[in-house]
Amino acid sequence: MELYLEGIGLCAGGLPNWAESRDVLAGRSPYRSDELVMTASPLLPPAERRRTTDTVKLAMTVGSEAIAHAGLRAEDTASVFTSSGGDGRTITAILEVLASPEREVSPTRFHNSVHNAPAGYWSIATRCREASTSICAYDFSFAAGLLEAATRVLAERRATLLVAYDLPYPPALAACRPVAAPFGTGLVLAPERTARTLASLAVALRRPPVHETVLDDPALEALRAGVPAASALPLLLALARGDAGEVVVPYVADSGVAVHVNPVAYDR
Amino acid sequence: MQQLSLSHFTVTSALGSGLGATLAALRSRRSPLRPCDFETAALPTHIGAVDGLDAYPIGGALAAYDCRNNRLAQLTLDQDGFRAAVAKAVGRYGAARIGVFAGTSTAAIFETEQAFRRLDLATGALPPDFPYRETHNTFSIADFVQRALGLEGPAVSISAACASTAMTFAAASRMIEFGLCDAAVVGGVDSLCLTTLYGFHALQLTAEGPCRPFDAARDGISIGEAGGFALLERDGGDGGVSLLGFGESSDAYHMSSPHPEGLGARRAMEKALAAAGLRPSDIDYVNLHGTATKVGDAAEDRAVAELYGHVTPCSSTKGLTGHTLGASGIVEAVISALGILHGFIPASPTTEVVDPKLESRYLSEGAEQKLRRVMSNSFGFGGGNCSLIFGRA
Repeated sequence: MELYLEGIGLCAGGLPNWAESRDVLAGRSPYRSDELVMTASPLLPPAERRRTTDTVKLAMTVGSEAIAHAGLRAEDTASVFTSSGGDGRTITAILEVLASPEREVSPTRFHNSVHNAPAGYWSIATRCREASTSICAYDFSFAAGLLEAATRVLAERRATLLVAYDLPYPPALAACRPVAAPFGTGLVLAPERTARTLASLAVALRRPPVHETVLDDPALEALRAGVPAASALPLLLALARGDAGEVVVPYVADSGVAVHVNPVAYDR
Repeated sequence: MQQLSLSHFTVTSALGSGLGATLAALRSRRSPLRPCDFETAALPTHIGAVDGLDAYPIGGALAAYDCRNNRLAQLTLDQDGFRAAVAKAVGRYGAARIGVFAGTSTAAIFETEQAFRRLDLATGALPPDFPYRETHNTFSIADFVQRALGLEGPAVSISAACASTAMTFAAASRMIEFGLCDAAVVGGVDSLCLTTLYGFHALQLTAEGPCRPFDAARDGISIGEAGGFALLERDGGDGGVSLLGFGESSDAYHMSSPHPEGLGARRAMEKALAAAGLRPSDIDYVNLHGTATKVGDAAEDRAVAELYGHVTPCSSTKGLTGHTLGASGIVEAVISALGILHGFIPASPTTEVVDPKLESRYLSEGAEQKLRRVMSNSFGFGGGNCSLIFGRA
């Protein structure tokens, strides 16, 4: 499947956004992992801003950045949201209340607990009535998102925003599901080459055995291996370097999704 | 769009396990909704429960996947020769060429709810061997189905609240169109849990008695549970039921209330009609989302009446199955397919007095009549909408 990348968003500790992270990802300056402070998107009305969770903030931050980078209007752009699990903090709060005698579940928490909460808040904030889906494939959620977004772009012949995000769980769930750090990325994919094209991407399903792309920098590799959404890092590194080449992202049943990257405007 | 055939399908809900029991229950017009007796839930509401899951554990190589949600998946897969139909498809295409697209809203959070009552007091942690991946995680349903059927193709869970399983038809259709698989198992499961029972109660969206879609005195939903699956393939021209079109949209309005004018709903229906190359007059029956909330039914009615006037018959089957949340899309897809194959519009027996303020042609008594094409609506929290059109190939 031949696609064209028009915009990139990125948010993780030490990687505050795409523009400020390119030198690090290209190996021109060292990667320093940092605490990430999340802020609510100014796109949201104040009432919704107060109710949003870190999960929604992270997804909206990278989505907004990618859309702005592409110079598109969010209102007109379909979206795919992918995450390796739900909103751990919200779900933990509900589970704690359900384990208490009163079981007084907060209505706002309950509607924030759905897997598609970021997609819902995104569509409200951007007034976007286009199609949107929210998916999960555990450790393989980024690859699953790439396939879902790619087939959507080709079927509708329109640009689609892919948002991949993960955050660590609170201690109870973290004991059986460690996620190393928050990580979010947004990619705007389009069906045709335009003046906005950053790179062409050839996406293909690869049967086992596959060799997933690993990173040379130990700290970035720890992030990639420790956070499912950070499976995007090899692709982002290739884009930051501006080198043509192939990256392989792990996918279900020991298969992989191969992306051949061919940068065309890597200085934007 | 290309037509895809539902070459095999099955459903298990409060109406019964498998197509035969479901068909008989639909025609009996008796609602199996009953006062909530689920686990320790103490709530004044009715539920649509699937009985017998406690005695249906998952063993063998997939024992780690044992939980109420996957048990319901297993029970569903065991009906109507569905496993054999998939095995035949594996023979035709190969295991790597069949995808799994499964929807759920809560997966097996019920098991985590119980585990939280027994947290380690010293550490506050779940035991490290708690099977989170195989049970609670949203992917568990697609993962379990893929392994249970011995498939090796693309697999993903779609979790867009109550539109989840409807959207699996759309995702699978695109994957087949662009050659990532030749066939797909679509559908999914949602099972009863305290999170949804107490959560919808907190939102004041649960009815005390059995839910009454489109009734003047409707007062909320009855939560149900269900599993359903369909095998989608390129049309074999066998005269069975096909997916003719789908349409997806977003409300962009509110997290837990639909757009009051039904704008998102209307957009999904219009997109489905356009994808199928059909006009509203080509649709013989609309299976509504119709959850029986005050605002939900009013918003959908407005959208349906604007498209179909007071002409095309419509009804909701939620009074029979309960609102099976993420599973409602596949449940109602199968009910639509049964209506086409057996020539009937399902009744809505819990609806006593159709709300005179609603303008669409709500047929609470149902009808025996030939159906060529049926639209099925699914709308969810977060404002995600999906309309599907089924018909004779």
